Amino acid sequence: MAQAHDNAPDHPVHYQVPELTDSLEASLRSADLITTDRGRTLDFHGRRPSLDEVWALLAQVADPEVPVVSVVDLGIVRELVWAKEVLQVYITPTYSGCPATELIESEIKLALMQAGIAQVSMHQRISPAWTTDWITAQGRAKLKAYGIAPPEGSASKAALFGQVQEVTCPHCNSQNTQRISDFGSTACKSLYKCNACLEPFEYFKCI
Amino acid sequence: MTNQEALTDYVLRLGDSALILGQRLCEWCGRAPAVEEEMALMNVGLDLIGQARNWMEYAVELQGQGQDADQLAFTRDAHQYRNLLLVEQPNGNYADTCARQYFYDAWHYFTLKALCDSSDARVAEIAAKGLKEVTYHLRRSSEWIKRLGDGTEQSHAKMQAAIDEIWTYTGEAFIADAVDEQMQAAGIGVDLALIHEQWRAHVEATLQEATLTCPDMQAYMQQGSKQGIHTERLGFILAEMQFLQRAYPHSTW
Ligand SMILES: [Zn+2]
Repeated sequence: MAQAHDNAPDHPVHYQVPELTDSLEASLRSADLITTDRGRTLDFHGRRPSLDEVWALLAQVADPEVPVVSVVDLGIVRELVWAKEVLQVYITPTYSGCPATELIESEIKLALMQAGIAQVSMHQRISPAWTTDWITAQGRAKLKAYGIAPPEGSASKAALFGQVQEVTCPHCNSQNTQRISDFGSTACKSLYKCNACLEPFEYFKCI
Repeated sequence: MTNQEALTDYVLRLGDSALILGQRLCEWCGRAPAVEEEMALMNVGLDLIGQARNWMEYAVELQGQGQDADQLAFTRDAHQYRNLLLVEQPNGNYADTCARQYFYDAWHYFTLKALCDSSDARVAEIAAKGLKEVTYHLRRSSEWIKRLGDGTEQSHAKMQAAIDEIWTYTGEAFIADAVDEQMQAAGIGVDLALIHEQWRAHVEATLQEATLTCPDMQAYMQQGSKQGIHTERLGFILAEMQFLQRAYPHSTW
């Protein structure tokens, strides 16, 4: 699992995701299904922030469907560029039909505006296609803590097709688990059950 | 026909098939035989509608008439649609839905895989994105063919009947017309003979594992969609899908 992500291709270079502190985790856990601006503390009114600061801000914008992780954890935000006074934001949608893509765009815009960045230009980039390899180590840890098994292995074709992936139960860490359905409550998740602790759980599938 | 005109048609065919099958799958909403199947069908449908949007956004750019993807989807009539006859066939029972889905998924998978190498960068991008999703679609529908085919006597009989019934609509995708030939020559489109070969091998292997009889590969095949000639089913689908834009033109929300 770690090796797949360590050399994650094309990840934004200069951004370090903030430490997952207890208070950050608590605020993430209490997030509703609808994202809110709770917990955003950065304010850039009256000045142009550095890109690192903007990355840190976006790391607080929750994914609407899996609110425990941010749009940066998921690797949806690909690139930030200042073009004079206009911030250019490049995002890559997870699935072609992901109904949250527009909402994610507006959540990002809203967060930037609330922090004082008024001029924002959003761009969708579909190539290279989004892959679960882009989910950060922090993102994986947060998913697991939330009860969603993070993607295992790299999203190579072998992992996608035919081969049965060993998926670890996020509750008891048993590998004795069983796939119930490739499609869960959202396009990005499969349904599993654990044969050891008997709990059902969702698995963030590799693509 | 210029390359651009042919490409527009080619892209529309891909988008229309995805859209119409996505719409068909949505008809199962609230009626699927199990909750897991309900979610799977809706997820597959959603993936397909998302892919359709990617293709249609490209099509309107190629047309350059200032339309948007929604106008393409909601204001064209049946004779302007280019989806395969296969995908407009009714849901029937669950075996019928699985048969239609499997034959489509196998074609779709090998087509998108080949299109990843298209000389048109945008086509290659959209295909690469869709391929990841369609890989899961094909795995799921193949499993259902095997599960029902190699299941009980009743499920086997229903699966076989479903395959025999839809078979006449499975060949059209592989019959090249002028647009297909022009796109292949330009390095944009796929080699249909090659796709047919891959499709046939997948189908034969899957049906064999499912203990089902593969129908005659040389059988007569219905065709016409590439010229806009459809079965009467499409009109009913569009009547429902386009109702809002027909009744309240240009409405948005
Ligand atoms: Zn367990």
